[in-house]
Amino acid sequence: MPERDEQELFARGHRACPGCGEAIATRWILKATGRNVIIVSPTGCLETFTSPYMFSPWRVPWIHPLFENGAAVASGIEAALKHKGRQEIRVVVIGGDGATFDIGIGGLSGMFERGHRVVYICYDNEAYMNTGNQRCSSTPLFASTTTEPAGRLFPGKNRPKKDMASIAIAHGIDYVATTSVAYPKDLFNKVQKALTMIGPSYIQVHTPCVGGWGYPSEKTVEIGRLAVESGLVPLFEWQEGRIVNFHKIRKKVPVTDYLKPQKRYSHLFAEDRGKAELECLQAMADRNIERFGLAGLSGSSTTEADTA
Amino acid sequence: MKKAEILEGSMAVALAVKSCKPGVISAYPISPQTHIVEYLAKMVASGELKSEYVVADSEFSAASIIYGASAAGVRSYTASSSQGLLLMTEVIYNAAGTRLPMVFTGVNRAISAPISIQVDHQDTLSLRDSGLIQFYVENGQEAYDAHIQAFRLAEDSEILLPTMICMDGWVLTHGYEPVELIDQELIDTFLSPYHPIHYLDPENPLTFGSYAEDDILMELKYMIQAAMDQAKKKIVEIASEFHRITGHSGMRLVETYRTEGAEVLLMGMGSMVGTMKEAVDRMREDGIAVGLIKVCCYRPFPSEAIFESCNGARAVAVLDQGFSMGSEGPLSLDVKAALSNLKTPAVFSFITGLAGREVTIETIQRITSTVRKGIDSDQIIRGSQWVDLNQSIL
Repeated sequence: MPERDEQELFARGHRACPGCGEAIATRWILKATGRNVIIVSPTGCLETFTSPYMFSPWRVPWIHPLFENGAAVASGIEAALKHKGRQEIRVVVIGGDGATFDIGIGGLSGMFERGHRVVYICYDNEAYMNTGNQRCSSTPLFASTTTEPAGRLFPGKNRPKKDMASIAIAHGIDYVATTSVAYPKDLFNKVQKALTMIGPSYIQVHTPCVGGWGYPSEKTVEIGRLAVESGLVPLFEWQEGRIVNFHKIRKKVPVTDYLKPQKRYSHLFAEDRGKAELECLQAMADRNIERFGLAGLSGSSTTEADTA
Repeated sequence: MKKAEILEGSMAVALAVKSCKPGVISAYPISPQTHIVEYLAKMVASGELKSEYVVADSEFSAASIIYGASAAGVRSYTASSSQGLLLMTEVIYNAAGTRLPMVFTGVNRAISAPISIQVDHQDTLSLRDSGLIQFYVENGQEAYDAHIQAFRLAEDSEILLPTMICMDGWVLTHGYEPVELIDQELIDTFLSPYHPIHYLDPENPLTFGSYAEDDILMELKYMIQAAMDQAKKKIVEIASEFHRITGHSGMRLVETYRTEGAEVLLMGMGSMVGTMKEAVDRMREDGIAVGLIKVCCYRPFPSEAIFESCNGARAVAVLDQGFSMGSEGPLSLDVKAALSNLKTPAVFSFITGLAGREVTIETIQRITSTVRKGIDSDQIIRGSQWVDLNQSIL
């Protein structure tokens, strides 16, 4: 993998917040794609911080169309490349959870169903972070957002996170994976694997957000790891009708280790008010661990060396 | 020149599009656009047309798909109507801003509510501010010829704007008319393969769709308007080359009909103009000094041509098949702006033919007589007159 900045396809100098999970993810995604790629970024943080007019950190062809049409625009690019006989060029969408789970889900479903050779990567920071932490269907249960804030009557979001990976799986596409910015080698490997598919693939990258989640900027990777090791965010790969690989949890941590450092969950720790909610989230994590068999070291897809 | 064939309007359009060899076609079905995209799908399925045909999940996606194809440097096409065009609107603005020369057929149909599948111009008129070049055609032959010229105009390196041929639903898409086709060889001479300067290419990585603020956004928007102005010259040049190569009449900004010495000028767009011409003939026979201006190109609006054609007349009657709610007929507003430096003619605005309500020769005659009476009174004219409203319903 290239070391020096001149060899990075995602150059430094962009305007992301310090500690931005998306910037880390994007850099690793481009390490995996190499130069022979066209990137589509629907509206979101990534587009905003990388494309102030006349400046660009993108050393690969890149287009920002609209908020809700990343998958459709990628479909058109892929069709054009097919027409030109340039199918060696790969088409990759990097879109946020708002563009993916909410406003763009119709077009994404269309792209999956038509079977375009497109790798769709969702950087999932679990709310509308570009506009300042508004509720999305990707927002997890009990997280406080500005449009569904925790208050005397409500403990933050009152519904669980939409299971977007299962929706992708239900389309019967070639490859579905979840990964995390905290495990860059896992992210890299999964993107490389997706690029070998003939049809569509979907990768969801759990992406901590310093400003939106409310934690110190040096803790992005730590927070990301705690999410996975608590069992709240299972990392897996799905292919040919079944889940083929899980990221096993090395050392299970209680969900409070993950939740407590984040401002979006601070209402759960004020006095005794969040006790029931915390129990509910712990039960959710335990269910994930049981359902997916996440406990134990064997069969781990990542190694000790795979730390950021 | 070849002998005319009797063709359905939709088939004439499909044949024109096929002869322009788009690399990517994408569409979503909506009446009355459907026949066009069905014919194209058949041509692709049979191997007659070597295009990627992407069946979209919505009109929004169809427009987005051809946007992506165009950004990747490939000639691209879609067609829609009514609600479908409204759903495409966000993409159309974006395509103009990104300077992508996609070609559309806008098959005219009323806008809901109330829902109706019948023809009027409300759908395409609502796109007037987007940066989309728009032509309105009168018959099948014009529809055929205009599509071929549209690709050439849209893709011109000095223009690079999305372009739409607007044609009346049912009347033109489903009616059968004689249409003279052009040999493929001649079309190939007129329209070269599309080789854009800027497109998504790993060998020359460019950034498209940047974020802009007050230091640059105004300039970028102004450049769209500058291209629109330039398009007025280009249209004339391209039309003359089209005529030279194919022998067919090229597209025009406006067409004048029996305007010599006319006291009253009627003005309209689309298939209704055929009836208006017939009405003008009858009124001329009766000694009424009336003529007609057909607005062929609506965006860019041919203000100069309209100014020249109307100068000398006492009144202009603009027939709109759509409305700007809270204001007036959209075409009449543009005509008033174009003539604002002239004391005469007076401009009268009429709203007609919504949801396909028939506009007959008699309707036109009545409108003309209203205008002739209006000129002689000193009343100030404001707003639009809605023609033949059924008062018992209001």
